[in-house]
Amino acid sequence: MITLSNVSKIFRSGGASGDSIKAVDNVNVTIKEGEIFGVIGYSGAGKSTLIRMLNGLETPTEGSVTVAGNEVSRIKGARLRKARQDISMIFQHFNLLWSRTVFENISFPLEIAGVPAAERKKRVEELIKLVGLDGRANAYPSQLSGGQKQRVGIARALANDPKVLLCDEATSALDPQTTDSILDLLVDINHRLGLTIVLITHEMHVIRKICHRVAVMESGRVVEMGPVLDVFRNPAEQITKRFVQQVTEPEETKEAIEHILHQYPNGQLIKLSFVGDSADNPLITQLIRSFSLEVNILQGKISQTQNGSYGTLFIHINGNADEINRAIEFIKGQQVGVEVISNDE
Amino acid sequence: MMSEMFPNVIWENIWIATRETLYMTAISLVATFFIGILLGLLLFLTSRGQLWENKFINIIIAAFVNIFRSIPFIILIILLIPFTRIVVGTMLGASAALPALIIGAAPFYARMVEIGLREVDKGVIEAARSMGAKTSTLIFKVLLPESMPALVSGITVTAIALVGYTAMAGAIGAGGLGNLAYLEGFQRNNNDVTLLATILILVIVFIIQFIGDAITSKIDKR
Repeated sequence: MITLSNVSKIFRSGGASGDSIKAVDNVNVTIKEGEIFGVIGYSGAGKSTLIRMLNGLETPTEGSVTVAGNEVSRIKGARLRKARQDISMIFQHFNLLWSRTVFENISFPLEIAGVPAAERKKRVEELIKLVGLDGRANAYPSQLSGGQKQRVGIARALANDPKVLLCDEATSALDPQTTDSILDLLVDINHRLGLTIVLITHEMHVIRKICHRVAVMESGRVVEMGPVLDVFRNPAEQITKRFVQQVTEPEETKEAIEHILHQYPNGQLIKLSFVGDSADNPLITQLIRSFSLEVNILQGKISQTQNGSYGTLFIHINGNADEINRAIEFIKGQQVGVEVISNDE
Repeated sequence: MMSEMFPNVIWENIWIATRETLYMTAISLVATFFIGILLGLLLFLTSRGQLWENKFINIIIAAFVNIFRSIPFIILIILLIPFTRIVVGTMLGASAALPALIIGAAPFYARMVEIGLREVDKGVIEAARSMGAKTSTLIFKVLLPESMPALVSGITVTAIALVGYTAMAGAIGAGGLGNLAYLEGFQRNNNDVTLLATILILVIVFIIQFIGDAITSKIDKR
């Protein structure tokens, strides 16, 4: 559905100095039809420029961008405008027209596409229902909450039955609860309409919750890419580890671990990571029954991703040293990741 | 009672003069509105980073706007006498004031239009472009509607300036309340005529301001 090959974008800053910034550096990505693909990075990583090349708001300096059969990076004028009707976009700050009502905002892309008025009315009413804004058709954007505004943005983006939906930090201006409801709506749309979704964000929570695959960007390059669950299980790059920790290890964990290590000088502190089905096994029960150990559960968390669940559990085990080692071997045999945090013995 | 307060006023002349002032203001206002929006749009669209970025055209229009905005109106009328003779055929009467009024006011309004357009949210323009909007769609369905409160309050200010310009034009023979105040009031030492003409001009200005404010607050849904 979307192919980026060897895409680079260089911005030349004005003036005689001739300074240039490589915002996107040799990116190769292929996104399948119906996939929810996430791009995560800190601000300035180039993700914003990257997503704008997908609908031709920016043109790459090198390489080619193909979306839904159109080489967006090369076409211009009327053909590009036509192609853009297949590639919708929603924005961090919603970008609704304040001078138009909800109904008229959603109707706008249909007016651009030249849809007759009667058909527009019917379509807009469907969309208002789809995004759950019944009864707000005649409200102006200034009368809506952030979440409602983004729903209008989504309805507007879906008006022309696009093949691809681009989300530019679509939830970054929303509170956590509203973020979740908008993400649920995106997943629902993805299932119902089979829409390919590309989103950029700096929140791992968003990636974890709805993406199938993720690309991690740092200073213009894609440094890591893969199915969300794999990236969660084995983050290779330092930056990826930091993003994964955003979700799996709350801030307090570190303090708690230090405290525990201090309090229990004996035994082992172990971090277990579960992926997919293994997260559902009664591992701790087996551990206690098979080994003569004291097991103390310190902290645990299970996160749901689009390709399965991922969990971490911090436990403290105490007992005979050999018994501890055998227990660790046993856990490894259960397809569970084991990491010995520290040993004070 | 009115004739006691204004003993030298000939009411029919007042009525004619008021109509002339309204005529000059209304016609020049309509022309200023369209020409100002056209120039303002060109100024905006040819500026840096905009759709029709063109340094050359931008500088030409900006120079035109700045020059005609800077010439004091009373001098502009005199400079435009030959031009007015060609276009209108005479230098006398209300119609003869129109070219100078429009050329004096349109550049003034064009700058206000440009400022209004600059305030349109760039994200909204980007959103419209991402939907595949043509430039004409962008102008008529995004830029102008989204800047409409600024355009209306700008034309209100311009209309009031125009009422003042008509009074100056009146002083050199274009008719209207300014002409009346100058010839029948000042020259003949009839202070009551000058006072009445002033009151009528104030009333016209207040009405324009009231209408402008009412429209602005009605259309502003932000």
